[in-house]
Amino acid sequence: MLKTRFNELHKKLGAKMVEFCGWEMPIEYKGIIDEHMAVRTKAGLFDVSHMGEVLVTGKDALAYVQWLTPNDAARLLPGQVQYTALMTPESTFVDDMLVYCINPQEYFLVVNAANVTKDYAWIAGHTKGFDVKTKNLSDGYSQVALQGPLAETILQPLTDIGLAAMKSFWWAKGKVAGIDCLVSRTGYTGEDGFEIYTTAANPAPIWTSIIEKGTPLGLLPIGLGARDTLRLESKLMLYGNDISDKTTVLEADLKWIVKLQKGDFLGKPVIERQLAEGLKRKLTGFELIDRGVPRPHYPAYVGGKKVSEVCSGTFAPFLKRPIGLVYLPIETTAVGTEFEIGIRDKMLKAKVIPTPFYKRAGKK
Amino acid sequence: MYPKDFYYTKEHEWIKVEGDEGLVGITDFAQHQLGDIIFVELPQVGTELAVHQAIGVVESVKSVSDVYSPVAGKVVAVNEALAQTADLLNKDPHGQGWIVRLKIKDKKALESLMKVSDYEKFLEGLEA
Repeated sequence: MLKTRFNELHKKLGAKMVEFCGWEMPIEYKGIIDEHMAVRTKAGLFDVSHMGEVLVTGKDALAYVQWLTPNDAARLLPGQVQYTALMTPESTFVDDMLVYCINPQEYFLVVNAANVTKDYAWIAGHTKGFDVKTKNLSDGYSQVALQGPLAETILQPLTDIGLAAMKSFWWAKGKVAGIDCLVSRTGYTGEDGFEIYTTAANPAPIWTSIIEKGTPLGLLPIGLGARDTLRLESKLMLYGNDISDKTTVLEADLKWIVKLQKGDFLGKPVIERQLAEGLKRKLTGFELIDRGVPRPHYPAYVGGKKVSEVCSGTFAPFLKRPIGLVYLPIETTAVGTEFEIGIRDKMLKAKVIPTPFYKRAGKK
Repeated sequence: MYPKDFYYTKEHEWIKVEGDEGLVGITDFAQHQLGDIIFVELPQVGTELAVHQAIGVVESVKSVSDVYSPVAGKVVAVNEALAQTADLLNKDPHGQGWIVRLKIKDKKALESLMKVSDYEKFLEGLEA
């Protein structure tokens, strides 16, 4: 099993470790609910070193990123980050990812751990006709995420980067705990916070100094369990659950990352066709009305007929309600529409509700 | 940690015998493995259970697991408090977190269950 450079620290903190995408990762420390609430109300620290990092450089770097993704990378100034996707010609997902603009000849792509090998093969396999070089830097990078309303308060004393001036979805280079890092105001929780990347051989001081500074303020280390409940409350996509190479970007309700006016890109003709013809199904947020917990792969029924399976589902620790995401026929996606989820031998009532399920106060 | 007068199963249920009846729950080890428990599906009062038949389902944030009856018997009561406070299984697994009360069909069946010393040895084996 692969180990991140923080592995021993997790074990010392008493984490329950599990195998995830070939990595030995903490699933929880104190408990998923406490960890989830800490991120919503104080702060939490995640080891996300299993994520993949790919560098694209060259004269045509911008044109190449534009060809592979539906969002408009030309809008990025050096220092900005964008959520986007690697699209197939069918406008389905190779992966979703973040694009960091270093300059128009250099982009840093951050992809999902589960997909690093596949993504890199895809990225390296589509360079024909572009003057670019690609490099899979995943092995050399460690990454931690510091998330929650106290993230800036905790991180500022540890870094020479002026965090107050850093807007959401911007990044800067600087030192954290004396170690060279790239820090972005991004995350996967629906809270304010930072993601910190480094190629240091020993990044442990970053982790330990944040724990030391944050613990008196209520910070907890957070495992993959709460990472999943946090991202789902905020309706952030999980590849393999909510989006895949079988779901199109429009079906996934991610029209906001599609910028048709930017020029041609992989999948654009299918997107235009779906826009003209209308969608048959759409990823929809629901709440279970009857008592129970919706989970991935539980069947969804409309009028007694199975229409799909739950993509993501959980008891939402902050909202204290059972919620989930499911692809429903387009005519049953209006808020308030009732349908059923099969849980064991029962058909339980569910209802379409607005998303994101959770949105932090004061978010612009 | 584990009450001396309970009987235990390899699936980490316990039964506390009171006359002809027994309270059934899951052990501290089980609740720790499951993590934060958020939902317990309870049986109907009056249900006749064979040994090792599913009594109900315990769901934590992360997982779903069946609870089995340690012995044959009839459900005479369920812990209604769990409908609102399923986390009693985390907080007090051997006390307020009981799940059902059974009328035990044949008390001789208890002899096939583990006593506390055997259960603790069994756990040591799992952790080794």
